[in-house]
Amino acid sequence: MKILSKLYIALIILFLYAPVAVMIVFSFNSSSSVWVMGGFSTRWYEGLANDTTMLTALEHTLIVAVLSAVISTVLGTAAAVGVTAIRNRISKKVVMSVTQIPMMNADIVTGISLMLLFIFFGKLIGLNESLGFVTVLIAHITFNLPYVILSVIPKLRQTDSHLAEAALDLGCTPLKAFFKVILPSISTGIVTGFIMAFTLSLDDFVISYFTCGHYQTLPIVIYNMTKKSVTPDTYALSTLIFITVFVLMVLYNVLQTKSEKKRTETVRV
Amino acid sequence: MKKYLALILALTLTISALLTGCGYQYKELNLRGTYDKSLKGTSLTVYNWGEYISDGADDSVDVNKEFEKLTGIKVKYLTFTSNETMYSQIMSGGISYDIIIPSDYMIERLINENMLQKIDTSKLSNYDLIDDSYKNLFFDENNEYSVPYNVGMVGIIYNQKLTGGDIDHSWKVLWDEKYKDMALNFDNSRDAFMTAQMILGQDVNTLNKADWDAAADLLKKGKANLQSYVMDEIYAKMETGEASVAPYYAGDYLTMLESNEDLRFFYPDEGTNIFVDSVCIPKNAKNYEAALMYINFLLEPDISTANAEYIGYASPNTAVINNEDYCYYKNEILYPDEADMPKVQYYHDIDSDVRTYYETLWSEVKLY
Repeated sequence: MKILSKLYIALIILFLYAPVAVMIVFSFNSSSSVWVMGGFSTRWYEGLANDTTMLTALEHTLIVAVLSAVISTVLGTAAAVGVTAIRNRISKKVVMSVTQIPMMNADIVTGISLMLLFIFFGKLIGLNESLGFVTVLIAHITFNLPYVILSVIPKLRQTDSHLAEAALDLGCTPLKAFFKVILPSISTGIVTGFIMAFTLSLDDFVISYFTCGHYQTLPIVIYNMTKKSVTPDTYALSTLIFITVFVLMVLYNVLQTKSEKKRTETVRV
Repeated sequence: MKKYLALILALTLTISALLTGCGYQYKELNLRGTYDKSLKGTSLTVYNWGEYISDGADDSVDVNKEFEKLTGIKVKYLTFTSNETMYSQIMSGGISYDIIIPSDYMIERLINENMLQKIDTSKLSNYDLIDDSYKNLFFDENNEYSVPYNVGMVGIIYNQKLTGGDIDHSWKVLWDEKYKDMALNFDNSRDAFMTAQMILGQDVNTLNKADWDAAADLLKKGKANLQSYVMDEIYAKMETGEASVAPYYAGDYLTMLESNEDLRFFYPDEGTNIFVDSVCIPKNAKNYEAALMYINFLLEPDISTANAEYIGYASPNTAVINNEDYCYYKNEILYPDEADMPKVQYYHDIDSDVRTYYETLWSEVKLY
């Protein structure tokens, strides 16, 4: 039985990581074909350094991902705090559902409707070119928000509401109470929300496709290569991104377990 | 073990030797036209097919960077994957472009809808390099709106080992039971219909719905013989030998040949489709003067050669065709002699009523 369960886990991990592994192998393939193995080579990594189209797209993607994640985390956390503070049960439910609907909505619907909105608004204020960096950023913030709210609210529920009251009693201003008491207790939810928002924004295709205008992001540029074949530089780049994310996640987890250990130790003392 | 190592090394060497065959090397650009920095600081938005310009990979020329260095104009380079996506982006109205590079039938549509600006070819000092056979084409009879960039024809690629070498030079091979489950066809309506229309001897731009019905029936009949309808998966299937016969663009065959030496190519006797992708300036372009400068730069012999080698399609530029250092110089597939030149038909912009009709037929074929 134990062997079976181990085998099962091994299989799952294999299926999850086999595509990435294959991609990493091919990123070191010297043949220009992605299907026929040549020898080992780092030419695609070297080529990547000269590929301005791809690097600009990467720059665009990173800028949008970081900015939209930061802004939606701030807005989302504030929204979550506000929503939990609503006393009336019905209006609370309504607000919660309304903020969550965009998450269920099909990407293509969100994308097209945002595009129409931007163009309509652009025409209204007399722009003849409304799509670009600002619109793609707004679009990303829009679809990131519900995820941040959803990951912060449970943490807020877990925190004792009397804590903030106690802080106020002990002379904190409401703002100070929020930063000193509430924020630290929901910080893990905020970080999770931020990471979710960042990764969602990083690989969004559909919504960006409709709203980006001249500001093409990496997924769009890669998709546009499919008329001819996708170049192996893409594999090199994806490998680098994967490794970066992987290392970051490992670091994040190590730091978290360390701080948790520290906390339990202090509690014991 | 040592033997294997030697083998791998030998393979790597041959492959890298093969790869250096194409890829225009340069130290300094020789320019024919004159370029100045009068438009320094402005920007130019270029909207082109993906992978359709020499971009500096493998020490090739980075065309956009060279243009920026020369003129001080910032190039915003964007890509699309089909004429239709490009069209919808332009029509959506939220964006303006200074340069676009659509295909023939799309240029026809854009001109009809009054979406393009006239290009003042007298200001293009390199315009005389364009081969006369690519001037005055049906979509732009007076050469007012477009400057040819790339040319290509569709043919059939086959694996001589898997097919036994002897093969009829006809579209019928896709229907031939000898290649059952080893044949591929295009996964887009216009090109797939073209293969059937050629066999039936039709005009590819026919407005007669009965013609389209007949072509659809033929496609349905042939479907059992096909492995699948594909677009860019064709590279994988042909290079690994998973499929043995497939129609595709001549230039892409040359790319596949680098990975599989058993591949061969022919233009079917019934005739085939030819396309021209040309540079145009949309009506709402913001930087017309810079666009002219960019078009002239694309026509530069050095730049054109670099692009032709990178993309692998045929060039309409005589400075490329007659350049002995060009790696596809006198390549009989890209530049067939007059005797070997297949009968060709251009796609025209088809009336939207007929277009919807054959698109519906195409969905039926796919579901059949």
